[in-house]
Amino acid sequence: MIVARDLRKTYGGTTALNGIDLDVGPGTVCGLLGPNGAGKTTAVRILTTLLRPSGGRAEVAGFDVATHPRQVRRNIGLVGQHAAVDELLTGRQNLELFARLSHLGAARARARAGELLERFGLTHAGPAKEYSGGMRRRLDLAAGMILAPPVLFLDEPTTGLDPRSRAEIWRAVRELVAGGTTVLLTTQYLEEADQLADRISVIDAGRVVAEGTPAELKAKLGGDRLDVVVHDPARLAEAAEIVARAADGPPEVDQDTRRVSAPVGERVAALTGVLAAFAEAGVEAEDVAVRRPTLDEVFLSLTGGDTR
Amino acid sequence: MTAVTTMEGRLRWALADGWTVARRDLVHWANQPMTVVFGVLFPVMITLAFGYLFGGAVDVPEGAGYFAFLMPGMYGMTMLFGLSSTMIAVTTDVAKGVTDRFRSLPMSPSAVLIGRAIADLLHSVVVLAGMLACGLAVGWRPATLSGALGAVGLLLLLRFSLLWAGIYLGLITREPGAVVAVQTLEFPIGFLSNAFVAPATMPGWLGAVAEWNPLSSTVAAARELFGNPGWGGDSWMAQHAVPMAVAWPVVITVVFFVLSLRRYQRLDR
Repeated sequence: MIVARDLRKTYGGTTALNGIDLDVGPGTVCGLLGPNGAGKTTAVRILTTLLRPSGGRAEVAGFDVATHPRQVRRNIGLVGQHAAVDELLTGRQNLELFARLSHLGAARARARAGELLERFGLTHAGPAKEYSGGMRRRLDLAAGMILAPPVLFLDEPTTGLDPRSRAEIWRAVRELVAGGTTVLLTTQYLEEADQLADRISVIDAGRVVAEGTPAELKAKLGGDRLDVVVHDPARLAEAAEIVARAADGPPEVDQDTRRVSAPVGERVAALTGVLAAFAEAGVEAEDVAVRRPTLDEVFLSLTGGDTR
Repeated sequence: MTAVTTMEGRLRWALADGWTVARRDLVHWANQPMTVVFGVLFPVMITLAFGYLFGGAVDVPEGAGYFAFLMPGMYGMTMLFGLSSTMIAVTTDVAKGVTDRFRSLPMSPSAVLIGRAIADLLHSVVVLAGMLACGLAVGWRPATLSGALGAVGLLLLLRFSLLWAGIYLGLITREPGAVVAVQTLEFPIGFLSNAFVAPATMPGWLGAVAEWNPLSSTVAAARELFGNPGWGGDSWMAQHAVPMAVAWPVVITVVFFVLSLRRYQRLDR
């Protein structure tokens, strides 16, 4: 449903997008993950016809974004970074306005607005400026869904929301995807991409630095990790040496939390080996765990450890 | 939905969508009637302050009351104040992402600007009606109905032209501070005209600037058509107030309409 080939955008001398390829199949969620300024929003603005690419091409719902913007607009919904709703209008008035501008007749616009208010739990009567952050985002999402578009773009849909509102937005997105909507989602939150996306493209400095399913990306970091928290900070270096012997890669040592962390191949063998060596050397461990790497670790290693 | 291809179809489509966008402002008024009330009260209060506080100190030509002279000037000032209100509305929509949402909808691209123009012109009609009522209440009288209609037409023509200037300034503004700057400049621009005092009493070059101020042409023409006392004067501008009150707004409208449209189309660069 979304195809991009070598998409580029330069403003004056600065390069915002440096050749991005995307393939998003129907009914799937693609996560664009990256730090601020990586080019996520630029990519969304090009794919939603708000911005013209400087090079490359992109198709959304089968239409070229540069040559057939109007057809693209009939097939997409956009939920931008700001909740783009009119704060002086009520939720219903907002949805009716956007429905009329999407050329639904008066009666259909009213019916559609009522349906969406019900579905997103927005029956509050007052103007949108009285809404909580989560309600505004849901209203924004509802506004993006007026034409029940096959493709929905969500640009950092939960930035600045509390965990509960975030969970509400996630639930709404999952419902839309279950109904067959294709979603392209940008986020700085690794957990969000992990939770929602079928495939993730990690973007840094205008290019895709990694692409795959959340599991594949995690696997790229070398499988499981062993974490050990040492009781005595003075023995941290010694503990790191022991862990290094059982690990597949160099251990990371965090002085503040007295934690040694390293990638391991065979989890049970590594765990028993390290614990036996600790007992022999008389190093006391406060906590030991074997776990999958977090997306944060994947992200840091892919973007060169610079999260800005 | 079928593709709109003919010129006539496109125009009808742009006007229909433009009206939908304009109606959004009408709903704002219904939701928040006090903002409309204050929009009318603000120029009324300034009028009363000028009339009663300074009125006694100004020698009015033809011995008429100061309000007979002041009111057309205040009508013109009211049109000038519209500049920043248009600008605020445009910048707010751009900053809040509402403009982007409009642009991502399958609506007529020019409808956003047309809607702004319709809504702000309607707002000015309401405010001007309030000001005319205020004028009548303090003793200002137009001489003839036809002259009064002509004067109101010229005042709204000035507002229409400033509206496009406001749209353009709103589109190129990236920071809220610029709006404050324009708001602050409205008073000096207003004072640097014939709205309150005769340009002839100003230092030479300043008087010339005031004479050529588009606001002066509209105010002088309005005084002439309302049959209210004016400063007269034998400068070319003073002698040709009515034609200049048409010419200035037409020039401003053409320039800023083209600039606004270009700027709006280039939001995608």
